[in-house]
Parts: sequence; structure tokens; C-alpha cells
Amino acid sequence: MTNENLIPRIGVITDIRRDTPDVKTFRVVGTDGKKLFEHLPGQCAMVSVPGVGECMFSITSSPTNTEYMEFSIKKCGCVTEVIHSLEPGQQITVRGPYGKNFPVEGDFKGKDLLFIAGGIGLAPLRSVINYVRHYRKNYGKVVVVYGSRSKDDLVDIEEIKNEWINEPDFQVYLTIDRPQEGWDGHVGFVPAYVKELGLDPTMTAVLCGPPIMIKFTLQGLLELGFKKERVYTTLELRMKCGIGKCGRCNVGDKFVCKDGPVFRMDELDELPPEY
Amino acid sequence: MIKISRDKLNGALAKIARSCDLFLPVKKAGEVNYGKFDENAEVSLDTLKTVKSAKDFFFPQSETMMKFKLSGKNIEIEDIRKQPEPFVIFGVRGCDYRSFSILDNVFLQEPVDTFYKARRDAATIVTLACNKPETSCFCKAFGIDAAEPQGDATGWLDEKYLYLNANTEKGEKLLETVGEFSQPDDGKAVEELKKTTREITAKLPYSNIDLSRFKPENLNELFNLPVWNELSEACLGCGTCTFVCPTCQCFDIREFKTDTGVNRFRCWDSCMYSDFTQMAAANSRTTQMQRYRQRFMHKLVYYPSQYGGTYSCVGCGRCVNKCPQHLNILKVIKKIGGRKDD
Amino acid sequence: MSELENKLIEKAKILLENGEVKRVVGWKKGEFYHDPSPATFETADGLKEFVYNDFCGANLSKYLIDINKKEGKTAVFLKPCDTYSFNQLVKEHRIDRENFYVIGTECHGKLDNRKLLAAGVDGVTDEKYVGDEVKFSTIYGDKTLKKGEAILERCLTCKGKKFMVSDDTVVIDETEDEVSDRFSKVAELEKMTADERFKFWQSQLSKCIRCNACRNVCPACSCVKCVFDNPQSGIAAKANDDAFEEQLFHVIRAFHVSGRCTDCGECSRVCPQSIPLHLLNRKFIKDIDSLYGEFKAGEVAEGKTPLTQFDTDDVDPNAAADAIK
Repeated sequence: MTNENLIPRIGVITDIRRDTPDVKTFRVVGTDGKKLFEHLPGQCAMVSVPGVGECMFSITSSPTNTEYMEFSIKKCGCVTEVIHSLEPGQQITVRGPYGKNFPVEGDFKGKDLLFIAGGIGLAPLRSVINYVRHYRKNYGKVVVVYGSRSKDDLVDIEEIKNEWINEPDFQVYLTIDRPQEGWDGHVGFVPAYVKELGLDPTMTAVLCGPPIMIKFTLQGLLELGFKKERVYTTLELRMKCGIGKCGRCNVGDKFVCKDGPVFRMDELDELPPEY
Repeated sequence: MIKISRDKLNGALAKIARSCDLFLPVKKAGEVNYGKFDENAEVSLDTLKTVKSAKDFFFPQSETMMKFKLSGKNIEIEDIRKQPEPFVIFGVRGCDYRSFSILDNVFLQEPVDTFYKARRDAATIVTLACNKPETSCFCKAFGIDAAEPQGDATGWLDEKYLYLNANTEKGEKLLETVGEFSQPDDGKAVEELKKTTREITAKLPYSNIDLSRFKPENLNELFNLPVWNELSEACLGCGTCTFVCPTCQCFDIREFKTDTGVNRFRCWDSCMYSDFTQMAAANSRTTQMQRYRQRFMHKLVYYPSQYGGTYSCVGCGRCVNKCPQHLNILKVIKKIGGRKDD
Repeated sequence: MSELENKLIEKAKILLENGEVKRVVGWKKGEFYHDPSPATFETADGLKEFVYNDFCGANLSKYLIDINKKEGKTAVFLKPCDTYSFNQLVKEHRIDRENFYVIGTECHGKLDNRKLLAAGVDGVTDEKYVGDEVKFSTIYGDKTLKKGEAILERCLTCKGKKFMVSDDTVVIDETEDEVSDRFSKVAELEKMTADERFKFWQSQLSKCIRCNACRNVCPACSCVKCVFDNPQSGIAAKANDDAFEEQLFHVIRAFHVSGRCTDCGECSRVCPQSIPLHLLNRKFIKDIDSLYGEFKAGEVAEGKTPLTQFDTDDVDPNAAADAIK
């Protein structure tokens, strides 16, 4: 029996970082201490705690990281609650990579890139942003707009503050929903901030966050003159198999696990609104 | 072509069953389903439709996929699969035989589902022509010939004989196995049987049902039809249609704890169930109308869009006979199929 | 169109047109004569699709749980046995009596499509009860069956033609039908040895495909979230892992509806594998009758039931266990 897609590998959690009150980032390697498998930015993996359940998560670390994979996981259901209670050294199971990646070697190449994220939506974008940083000369200017409920809910804030803002030709705009003591940055929702910033509509945009944020941000981008053919996002639906067979993440003639999770906005227009 | 007289049939089946497992329509507790042949089995080859389809052989209702042993922080994965032994399925009707190719499209496309493939490879399939298709049958609408199904070998039954013709090497081998019970046949009786069946089929009320509007390019138009509300109104949200359907292939993956660890299994699931798309904080289909629409859009539009226009329905009519409230794909096709406006 | 159907349509039309009700719940035509489906009608014009014939077996009470949340009054056609379910739902506060206008509807037993197919009656275009026979017109010609061989099992042991609740009734033919004893099949099961009985149920229940049709159609299964669907319950399962589990599902369900089951027989009508599920419930009904005195769930919409009250004269649990063994 070869080529197993449904039988997972064993991963070991080597490090756990608390990003926000409800988001932790887990560093995972194989039992041999090496990275479990290669992936491309935007791809996902099925992570499970046997006896509890299996869930699809976006791989947060960049493919350029040759040592390990990272998953930033928000506590929001039965499985993630248990994952949050795990300690370093704990083994889990991982299978993947699944799905279509961001076109980092295709449409993104040579382009100015705009990344817009809300809350845990930064997780899938972190992989592509760090990939772009690694191959910096292959891409034009980079703008990141990232917002969260509060300053404590900004995921990966250390990496953003210490590394991203020091990149050449790399602008980072942070915002939080409501004023907060100790925060002297921008206050307001992401969609409004995006419009305020008056961003250059020739950029290629990537949106990731809660559905409501995506909806209003896209509206704002279109008003600014962005074209749907140049705006990407990721979808999230219930998944079980990860290989386009169990039928759960079916929307129209697409399976999110196989044909997504990365979609262009004009592709989404072709699908029935069931996502 | 060979023939085996009905009084020798049991002997022939027993001979096959001595060399490998033989599955065929068997009556048990009042209903006919596929079951394993043994001397006590009440074989029922004359039954037109088994309650469950033949998909179980390749895609069983429930199967353990792997086991986990947990100790402290460590996990051990046990791949419990064994290479399936060769087996024979006898008496598969034309509609069910076509369903295998519809399932193949899903399970055998890359990445291949190895659980499914192993069983598919191990099977020898003997089909059986229908003698008297009933009103709920509409396989002809999908280009299936109930009078001459394919498979490794094809069988025809009349009052006296079972006629068998091999279509593949596997089929030839099977016919050799039952050689001692058979005699050669000139095929004339089978020509008559085929003619009769085709005449009956041509007159069935749904044989020429109009599917023309179900095209991938009409996806959004059909999705947005208001008529789905009316069509789905009485749906109870049970899984009967899904579970008796030979082409429904959605599944769930679940786990349960045992004394020694954790078993992960997969089992049939139904898009008609309210928790099918339930996530921790959201559900993409919250009403029964949406779930009902998904099932038929998938069979008549989404699947054809993915697989070169092939519909994911074989017209077996099981859902027509079994829906508790008489909702079914025929009503959907009739209401939407040929009409241009709504 | 039958005289009875005409009268029902007329009644529905008046109720809709004079605004007394906002909608009418009945049955609509299918593709054939034998496949009507439950439906809601909101306009007099929509009643063109209305049908009432001997294939309208569905108990419409279950749909009222959802309809109860809608604004305005709803008229509903209930056969005598369906009125028990209605009362039971009122008693359990699943529906509000004042939201419904109940039209008691004549019934002389409903036909069982599966029995007809097995007897070679296919493609029915019309049908009529004549004495103890059913005369069918089909696309393949005329057929006649004995009524007893054509109607649903539950109708062979009909609870009677009386409506337990109604605001109005439509009955043309008032004759009572001949019925057999409701508990004779249960008595047969009781006569078996424990081993025989176990074998009987094992072979029946092993046919179960866990489609949940029995549960979803059952008016007594009115939980918002069934324990078998709730992942937190620890017993949520979509498939039977072993023979024990499939029995667990049906036995737990039978326990849960005991004292509340009105014996409407929908569970057995809808089971795709024809498992005689109603016999499980009927055993409970028979036991309750023998231990606490005769009781019919849904006969009235008020008052306490044998299993929801206790008094010191109640049967001793050990004696009860012996009595129903």
C-alpha cells in the first residue's frame, strides 16, 4: 500500500507560543526531528489529536523555513480547545499538504502586493508574506494592512514589529477596532482603514479574515478601482478528507479542499453563495 | 454464451463460493439486499431492486481506516488494512453497474483513494439484465441499456435458464469455474429477452425525461430558481435517498475510543443532514431547502461540470420508491428539466 | 376527483379566502396517483395542486412543529390517528392549540406502495375501495387486490374513526372498518423465548441503514437536537459500529417515546428496510396499559400521563418487571 492520502504522519510539537488570548502558534516536526513535508504558501494540512478529532488548518510558516512547520490556531471549537491544552513534546498527527496555493511563482511575481488581514486571518497570509520576504527581489512593493479587535489580539505582533517593518519597500499599517490604553496607532475597522489609506489599485491584493470583513473590504477595494481578477482570498468550510472526495466542502462545481482554499474574487462570482 | 438450468443454479453458485466469497441478492428478514452466499442463503435473483445498492462493496457504509495507540505524549499509527481477497458480485443490474464508473471518477482520480481501489481491483462483477423494469426505473434517460449491462460477465434469466456471457478475462475464468453445470447456448433466447426488456423500457413513463436544462453553464440560474422551496417543502431531512442511492458518495470521518486506543473510521454521510456543513462557529447551509438543493444540484449540475457532462444519477428509482414523503429526483427533473422559464 | 377531495378543497378555499387562516397544510399531487407529498397552500389558486386520496398516508402533525413558529393561523387536515399526535404535541408544548384550525378528515385506511409493488401493482393512475377490495387502474391495466393485502400495517389495526381534536370535520362515509387486535403481534413476540425474540430483533435491526427516517418522521421525536446528533453526547453516530449499536439506537428511541408514542405507525411506514419498528413502541404501550390501566397517548391534550406522575398505589417496580417479562 503506497501513496497514502488518508493515513497521517506523526508530528511532534516542539514549541508553543501564545500569540493572543485565544491564539497559539504550534511548531511541529516529524519524529525524526525534520520537517514533515514541503508545501507552498496558502496550502493547508489536516491536524489531529486522535480521540478528539481532525481539523484543517492553514500552514502558517513559510515554505522557505526548512526546519519546521507552524500552525497558528484559534481556540473556537472542541478540537482546537484540546489542541490549546497540549504541551511541548506532545505528538499529534498531520497529513497534507492540501489545496491550491497562492500564485507566488505565477501571477504574484513582479507585482506590487497588498495584504489585508483581520484577526486570525493573518495566519495563512503569514506564510505568503514571509515567502515574499525571502525572495524579496522577485516582487514589487509590499503593503500590509492588519487589524484586530484589540492590541492583544494581533497575531504575530513580535515578528511584525521586529522584522516586517524593517524590510525595504515594505509598509505595515496596523489598526484595532476600539481605542485602548497603551495603543497609539490607528483605531477603526479594517474596511474603513483600507479606504482611508487610498491604496494604489494597480496592486495585487490578498484578503483574509472573517466573512464580514472580506465583504466590506472588497467593496472598498472595488470603489478604489481594484479589479476582482487581481484580488485573492481564502475560503474555509467543513472538511473531512482533504482530497475532494468526502463531499463536505463542495460549493458549486468546486471543492474548497482541492480547488481552494485560495480563490480569486472573480472565480468566487461564478460559485453559488454557499461559503 | 453458456446456459445453466435453474435447478443447477444453486450448485453453480456453491462452486463459485468455494473458491472465493460470492455476494448476491439475498432475502433476509423480509427484504432483499446483497449478502454473502452460503447454503442457507435465500438467493433472490429475480428481485428487480435490492434495497441498498451495490456500492457497499467498494464504499462500505462504515469502515475502520486505522487505529491509534496512545501512551503518554506518544502516538502510534496502525495501518490495519489487508489486501482484499478476490470476490465475486453476482446479479448487478445495469443501473448499479453504471454507478461504479460514477464512483470511480471520484475515488480513483488523483489522489487515489486506496481503500476504495483495493476493493475495486479485487472484484469480479457479473451483471444481470432486467426482465421487467418498473415505473420508477429511468435508466434509459442516462443511456443505460437494462437489457444488456456490461461487467466481467453478463447474465440473463428466464423461467428455465440463466444465460451467461463473458466480457473480460475475469469473466471467462468465472464461466470456466461453473463449466460442469453449464451447456453451450446459441444466444437466441437471450435475443428475445433483450427485445422484450427494451420494449418495456421504451414505454416506461420516465425513460425519455428531459434533462436538457441541467448543464454546467446554467449553474447559477438553476441554483437561484425559486421552485426549490416548493420542491423541498416536505423534506424531513432524513438520509434515506442518500443511503439507498448508488451514486451518493459523501462520507464522514470519525473516531471512537476503545480499550486499547482510538479507532478512526469513515462512514456514509448525507448532505441532507443538518450537521453536514456545521463548523465550530458557522454553517454554510442552514435550511433544509439549501441541503435539498445541494443534493440535486450536485447530481445534475456540479458533478457533470466536473466529469465531462456525466450525470451522477443512474435512474435506478430507489429514491422514488423509498422517500417517506414521495420527494425524489424525478420530481426535480420534471419540474426544472425541460422548462425554460420559472 | 372524488367527492371527498372536492369537499376538502372547498373547505380550504373558504378558510383561505375569508382570511380565517393564513395557510392550509394538506397534500399535493405527485407525478402519479400514488406519490402525493405533504404541502402548504397559501392561496386559493394554489389549491389546484391539492390532492386527497388513499395514498395520503403521511401524518401531517410533525410539520406543525415548524409551522407553529410562523405568523397567523394554520388549517390542517388530520386523519383520526393523526389527531392523537396533534394532542400529544399540544400537551408537550411543541405546538399551540390556538395556532391551528384542525379539520378532521375521513380515512378508511391508507395504501402501502411497497405491498402494491410486491403484488405487481405498479404505475397506479386511479383506485377505489369497493367492499373488502381495492380496484386499481394502472398504466399496465386494471388490477384488484384484497384491501387487507394493500393497506398499511397500521391501518389493519386502526384505532378508530373518532377525531380526538377537531374544529371541523369532513366525513362522507361514516362506516367503521373491520380491524384486528392491535396487540396480537406483540403477544406473538411475547410468546417467544428470550433467545428467539433476540434473534428476531437482531435480524430485523441488522437491516437498519441509519437513515434516521423513523426518527425524523416521528411526531414524538421533537427534540431540537437529538442526542444521536450531538457530538458532545459521546454517542453521536452516523453508522453502526456493530450490531449492538443499531439496537441501541432503536431501543433508546423506543424508551424515549414510551408513554408519548401515539402509535401512528409512521416509523414503520417510512423505514426503507421495512423494519417493524412500531412493534417496539407497541410493546411499551401494552405494558403501560397492563401496569397502569389503559392509556392512549394523545387522546387528550391535558393531564398527566402514567410515566410522568407517581403515586403510592403505583405498581411495585419488581412486580412490574416480573409482569412484563
